[in-house]
Amino acid sequence: MSDDVIDEVGLVARNLHASYGAVEVLRGLDFEVAQGKVSVILGANGAGKTTTLRAICNMCNSSGDVTLGGQDISRLGTAEIVRRGVAHVPQGRGTFPELSVNDNLLVGAYVRKDKEVNDDIDRWFEIFPRLAERKEQLAGSLSGGEQQMLAVARALMSRPKLLLLDEPSLGLAPLIIEDLFTRFINLNKETGLTMLVVEQNANLALDMADFGYVIESGEITLSGPADQLKSDPAVQEAYLGA
Amino acid sequence: MTWNFDILPDFVFNGLSLGAIYGTVALSLVLIFKATTLINFATGELAMIGAFMVYVLHMEQGLWLWLSILIAMIISAGLGALIERTLTRPFDPADHLPVVLITLGLFLIFNALAGDIWNYQVRILSNPFGKFPSWVPGLGGDRFVMVLGSRLKYQSIGIWVTLALALFLLGLILNRTKMGLAFRAVSSNVESARLVGVHTGRTLGFGWALASAFGTLGAVLVAPQLGGVNPNMMATILIYALAGAALGGLDSMGGAVMGGVLIGLIQAVLVMWLGVVVMGQAYMSILQLAAAFVLILIVLLFRPSGLFGSRRVERV
Repeated sequence: MSDDVIDEVGLVARNLHASYGAVEVLRGLDFEVAQGKVSVILGANGAGKTTTLRAICNMCNSSGDVTLGGQDISRLGTAEIVRRGVAHVPQGRGTFPELSVNDNLLVGAYVRKDKEVNDDIDRWFEIFPRLAERKEQLAGSLSGGEQQMLAVARALMSRPKLLLLDEPSLGLAPLIIEDLFTRFINLNKETGLTMLVVEQNANLALDMADFGYVIESGEITLSGPADQLKSDPAVQEAYLGA
Repeated sequence: MTWNFDILPDFVFNGLSLGAIYGTVALSLVLIFKATTLINFATGELAMIGAFMVYVLHMEQGLWLWLSILIAMIISAGLGALIERTLTRPFDPADHLPVVLITLGLFLIFNALAGDIWNYQVRILSNPFGKFPSWVPGLGGDRFVMVLGSRLKYQSIGIWVTLALALFLLGLILNRTKMGLAFRAVSSNVESARLVGVHTGRTLGFGWALASAFGTLGAVLVAPQLGGVNPNMMATILIYALAGAALGGLDSMGGAVMGGVLIGLIQAVLVMWLGVVVMGQAYMSILQLAAAFVLILIVLLFRPSGLFGSRRVERV
């Protein structure tokens, strides 16, 4: 079996459960992200979006089957899951505020052993010139938009197979959000990076996604191709303000 | 009695060398605090055990002093990592109370253990910086050199050079190695560190190891000033180191060293002056201790992040 064949499978989650103490947050989710595609999970606050991403990375008390490229990753520790090719940009940026911009990118490549780390850093500085100007500055001193760019670049420094984005639009100005999502779309088109995005901002998210899910109270209530979801009356009413 | 300015340099030299030792122990506290936001109250006792290891290796087994110190630092590092692995890792890192209680328990256990093995008498430990070595022109064999009309001890110079070297080495480890980068990442944001694939447990163990080795170095350097090693040797040193760390900023390594040095200076100059001129010698050690506590209080009240600590401003 060649790597390519396995890779076409992408991410598959089956019967994903998660709980905090006695409170069950996810009640058996089934979803997938096809290789090279973008899936989005829509939901209101408290629906379980963040927990879904944390469950994939084994950062909360969860059960169920998660496979990446056909290989079971549900019983691995977080650090090992990262080594298998999952990069996670957590809610609230997830940068290292006391480290310089450059060190943030360097530590993003922590799991890599090749010699091209510095070339990759230079490439990200080309893509995000704002970060290059601030490369010796502490990440904590950046603006919200710059931190989000840094968090994404930091995540991609691991050269992942799958990028998890937790509400990347949160707290950012509309123009910056638009710029950021354009970059996500380009990233997917140019490099074929597989992405799973959770969002409240349904418009933007459905625009960039191939497939979408709606979750409510820890259960998937609706799913389908992104175009189809966009025209679904229930989605329009609940998330698109139509 | 009036203030005699001729003896000021004497006090400053003493203060700076004591301060350097406080700084070393403060650094040991800060290394663990940065990564875990925990005060390790066993820092001093771990260092004391390290000093006793040097005592056993050097005074009893006759090993070369510096080799003994190196071995003791390595064993201390292993002990620190072991404590992290077995006694702190099983606990929820967000819940500080259990782990702080554990470090307090370790404080008592190590103290009692040392008392049981070596009893509470002071045991002489060779001074690594007793006399200038013979290759120093004109000073070989002397204990001090006259500077500004006062005696600058070889011991003080030795302590400063050792601390400077240790700091340089620590800087290299933290800023130039992958483990150091991982440690700084864990100190800054544990969750994100895990998300870039850092094994946070191992990294914290590494921090404990570094901190314990540093503590042992501090204890070995302070021993000659206390007349030797004994199980209670680090009790007050730990308080001064804490004061230094609080003054400099609990999450700033440079601040911890500066804070420690400042505490030493304040003690030596201000408190000795008060002791000699105002109240007499008898109150001196009490005054020194009181000054440290008052300083901790003032810092916590008016500038909780310390002189050099970060206030963690994060824009959203």
